[in-house]
Amino acid sequence: MNEALWALGRGTGVVALALLSLSVVLGIVHRSGRPLPGLPRFSVTLVHRDVSLLGAVFTLIHVIALFFDPQAQLNLVDFILPFLGTANPFWLGLGTVASDVLVALILTGLLRRSVGFRVFRFVHWFAYAMWPIALLHSFGDGTDSAAAWFNVVAVLCVAAVASAVIWRLTTGFVEFKKLRTGELP
Amino acid sequence: MSALRNELRRELRRESALLHIDWTACDGRGLCTELLPELLQRDEWGYPLSLGYGSNVPVPRALMDAAQDAVALCPRQALRMLGR
Ligand code: SF4
Repeated sequence: MNEALWALGRGTGVVALALLSLSVVLGIVHRSGRPLPGLPRFSVTLVHRDVSLLGAVFTLIHVIALFFDPQAQLNLVDFILPFLGTANPFWLGLGTVASDVLVALILTGLLRRSVGFRVFRFVHWFAYAMWPIALLHSFGDGTDSAAAWFNVVAVLCVAAVASAVIWRLTTGFVEFKKLRTGELP
Repeated sequence: MSALRNELRRELRRESALLHIDWTACDGRGLCTELLPELLQRDEWGYPLSLGYGSNVPVPRALMDAAQDAVALCPRQALRMLGR
């Protein structure tokens, strides 16, 4: 049973990292105002939302499985307050910070119309902080962080998010940007 | 005559709702123009454009669902239905 919980906790953590990376990339594509091949703009938004929610579900299973696993030595307080853990308090704390931010992102995302656009956007910027924190947590706290397969997954995640962020910073990022600022494409 | 015209106008109102576009919030991301191609075109800068109407676009009943989707999905919360 413990073996199973341990495996579940680790596996879901890696899947959550991959899903949240994909979510960041989709969020950036959405922000560009561009469709993807075969995916119109409104679908990009919906897939971004669904992948994020799925990432949150995997994060939840990850946390719960490790809570019931004696090896991880998780306390209830580690669900909410970072850096108070028994084992690896710093690296575990990063996971707590990331999941706290994730909860805020999900809540303001789903209640977007009630909280208003400004609050939503302010909180949503923290996605760019959440992702590297979650990545560091998976490297620092992850049992598999030395394993080759984990490094392949991590490199793919980093490559995808890094290229999306770099694209985000280029001038041609937003559709119609060149036209709107008066330059010719 | 005017009674008939009023009757027609009321009929039209019953048949359609108004989709309001808040231009100060809209960023021309084009989700609404994808969801309501029958109602909205895209101008050359990517902003929605409804020929013949300004900020309040009548939505026929058949397009109400699509209009509601557009309201829900507009990334800038620039759209709303005007209450009837
Ligand atoms: S979806 Fe919203 S922001 Fe995008 S073009 Fe339509 S009204 Fe403007």
